[in-house]
Amino acid sequence: MKTYLKNTWEGLYTVFVGMVITFKHMFTRSVTIQYPDVKIKLPERERNRLYVNMDDCIGCLQCERACPVECIEIETVKSLPTEELGQTSNGKKKSLWVTKFTIDFAKCCYCQLCVFPCPTECIKMTDIYEFSEFERENLIYNFATLTSKEVNEKKSNFEKMQAEKEAEKAAAEAAKAQKAKAETEEKEVNNQESPETPGTEKKE
Amino acid sequence: MAIRTEKMTLNMGPQHPSTHGVLRLELEIEGELVINVKPHIGYLHRCFEKHAEAMTYPQVVPYTDRLDYLASMSNNFGYAVAVEKLLGIEIPERVEYIRVIMNELNRIASHQVALGTYGLDIGAFTPFLYLFRDREYIYDIFEKTCGARLLYNYIWVGGLSHDIHQDFVKDVKAYIKYFRPIMDEVNNLLSYNKIFIERTANIGVLPADVALNYGASGPVLRGSGVKWDLRKNDPYSIYDRFDFDIPVGQGWHGTVGDSWDRYYVRMLEMEQSLRIIEQAIDNIPDGDVQSAIPKRIKPPAGTAYTRVENPKGELGFFIISDGSVNPARIKVRAPSFVNLSLIGEICRGHLVADIIAILGSLDIVLGEIDR
Amino acid sequence: MHEILNNLIGNEIITFLIAAALPLVFIVPYVMLAVYLERKVAAHIQDRLGPMRVGWHGSLQLIADFLKLVQKEDIIADNNDKKLFNLAPILTFAGAYAAYAVLPFSSAYIGSGAEVGVFFLVAISSLVVAGILMGGWSSNNKYSLLGAMRSAAQIVSYEIPSVLVILSIVMITGTLSLAEMSDMQTGYFWNWMIFGGAEIGLTKFLLIPFMFIAFIIIYISSLAEVNRTPFDMPEAESELVAGYSTEYSGMKFAMFFLAEYANMFAVSALVTILFFGGYQSPFGYVGNLLGIEWLVPIEQVFWFCTKGILFVVVQIWLRWTLPRVRVDQLMALCWKYLIPYALVNLIIIGIITLI
Repeated sequence: MKTYLKNTWEGLYTVFVGMVITFKHMFTRSVTIQYPDVKIKLPERERNRLYVNMDDCIGCLQCERACPVECIEIETVKSLPTEELGQTSNGKKKSLWVTKFTIDFAKCCYCQLCVFPCPTECIKMTDIYEFSEFERENLIYNFATLTSKEVNEKKSNFEKMQAEKEAEKAAAEAAKAQKAKAETEEKEVNNQESPETPGTEKKE
Repeated sequence: MAIRTEKMTLNMGPQHPSTHGVLRLELEIEGELVINVKPHIGYLHRCFEKHAEAMTYPQVVPYTDRLDYLASMSNNFGYAVAVEKLLGIEIPERVEYIRVIMNELNRIASHQVALGTYGLDIGAFTPFLYLFRDREYIYDIFEKTCGARLLYNYIWVGGLSHDIHQDFVKDVKAYIKYFRPIMDEVNNLLSYNKIFIERTANIGVLPADVALNYGASGPVLRGSGVKWDLRKNDPYSIYDRFDFDIPVGQGWHGTVGDSWDRYYVRMLEMEQSLRIIEQAIDNIPDGDVQSAIPKRIKPPAGTAYTRVENPKGELGFFIISDGSVNPARIKVRAPSFVNLSLIGEICRGHLVADIIAILGSLDIVLGEIDR
Repeated sequence: MHEILNNLIGNEIITFLIAAALPLVFIVPYVMLAVYLERKVAAHIQDRLGPMRVGWHGSLQLIADFLKLVQKEDIIADNNDKKLFNLAPILTFAGAYAAYAVLPFSSAYIGSGAEVGVFFLVAISSLVVAGILMGGWSSNNKYSLLGAMRSAAQIVSYEIPSVLVILSIVMITGTLSLAEMSDMQTGYFWNWMIFGGAEIGLTKFLLIPFMFIAFIIIYISSLAEVNRTPFDMPEAESELVAGYSTEYSGMKFAMFFLAEYANMFAVSALVTILFFGGYQSPFGYVGNLLGIEWLVPIEQVFWFCTKGILFVVVQIWLRWTLPRVRVDQLMALCWKYLIPYALVNLIIIGIITLI
């Protein structure tokens, strides 16, 4: 009997206490904001969409290596020794043309691992979070600043340089081979003049 | 003469408002009584362990975030401790203190989700929103520190990714002061409510020996009366320097080990976490958080197993290294996976509505179970 | 009311039709207000704002929702029992609507001046059970069937405590007609039944605590009658998705919805008539003060609607505070707690009225 009455009293009392709490909350200010009209300012370390400042990129491929989901794709072409690419903002001299730098934001997991290894701090995370697209291909962002004509030009320059180098190397090899041949012929001639040295016939 | 009843198989499918994630439960019921429960998992399998073999050690850290996505810092912590054990390096004091504070804040956040969604399953809609509002404040602190709100990639092998921001100490102290009265309010609104007690007391009673036999851990084990917490029994990092209690289920409103005990143990754990944070926040030593991070992590060949106290239980990382920059094998001992195996045992003889109550009190996260 | 309309139109049938459709004029705006209030009250309890974009502070949100529901596809699965499936929402709404026939909105208007008002009300609101059972069965869905069964058991059991409490009021007032009961509570608010009734004397003061207990009992049972939390097992969102109305879409779902809110007002109105004076104002009438006779019925409508909506707001408040009660505990609450208390209350009130 006692538990019966106790249950009744507890039931009514705890319900009443709960009602008082929610009643008080009915008159407190709301904690939400009306989003599209009001937006909060995000802190400065916020990690949202990436941004690459191509003037500073030296093409070291560190960010590509650090990414755990392989969403960064970079292709570089070595420049000719005569070309001037300029300097990055902290004084490094650039020597590679970056022909392709794409980041696929559908794959990016916003982990920030690419930001730390960059030696010139050119890849950064901004606080932009409203960049949804209707087509998935539009999420592949292209950061390289060379036009395709320029890319082709750089590539052909590089290939020409390679070819020239190859030719030089081949010429140098040929010259060396010529020289070696000339030396061996001389040695032969010398050997034929003094046949007393033993064991030379066997060496050939 | 007994009434002839038929067994009906009911499927609480992968998409359901109350299974915490994509979990399929196959119930065999007779009318409203449950005879057997079989969980079917694997709907969220993302091949974490296989994938980690292709990554370098620092690249695995964002993947460990996504295991138990409600308590990312704890997962990072576990992995970092495991790899540091393999490498054998010393961590600066400042890093240890900040790691502990972040871990405890994340414990509070994870328990807030657990309690809020538990109330939601039982039918009380408001405490869920109150606890989520408070969770937002923790997110704001994390956002100012490392830039992300849910998946942090903050605790790295050998240190942290960023140092704490300027207002960190002030923010955390303000949060502690703000959150203590909220716990009383949620207790009055939900925990001590007679209807809630009727729904959860004496439901899903888990005796202590059964829990130990199944390998349960965390609040599930402590709710059954077993006083076992890795932070005290097998201390890692600097937990042995702090003074806190381990709340244990005492059968306040029913038998020891019922769902109310597990629920209330989580509530009390939040209080204890606040105590730890209070002790740690004033004593953060100075130093550099990134000084001990090795340039290239290439541990010597060997194995290491470490376990940490995740909010859900005992999280274990077993790493086999073969001397290269990629781990040869990582195996994760997920606490929710083991806790879920209990469900067949403790659900017998209850009604269908109680299955939801029991599942909520086990507090599972499918990200951990399926990895 | 009938005489006025009759004189105006002259045709008996059309008069009856208009008088029957008149509560609809009340119900539709009321439902819009009630759903808007529900969303706003729920939002403010949860520290947020609720609908804000459609209309000023979201007041036109209901019209948007209604238009959305109307243009939805009416899905009927193959294995559903089509006749029952289509009939269920109509029956549920009819049951809720028929209760409005005996509610006295003011002293000049009552849909049907039946002498057995209360009896009719209790009987006809059980028609809802048939509608719900039909809806659950014809959905061809295990979950819906479970929900419908639970709902039927719940509604039928909770009729008993409410009937016992109604009996005690009938004992005090001596009449079954709701219009007469409201008439008896004329005057100021201390003449209301909850404060013991209109006759000053010892009985009035003795009755007050038992009237409060009776009010609590009938309020709890009325919550169970309309399937609101804490008794909303049949529509438990986290367990059965939406119970018996899972398979319904579009206009039929809107009918169930409408029926639920109409039912809520009907039981709140019953509680106000029995305990809180029906359409009587607590302070006297402005019309009487100014001497304008025809203002008084309009004021009474205003007071009736206000009191009814106030109790509906309390129901909404309770929904967002309390967790759900499990089915067997629901039954235990009814049979083991409410019915004994109601019986004891009845006996004591009977004894007091004999003094």
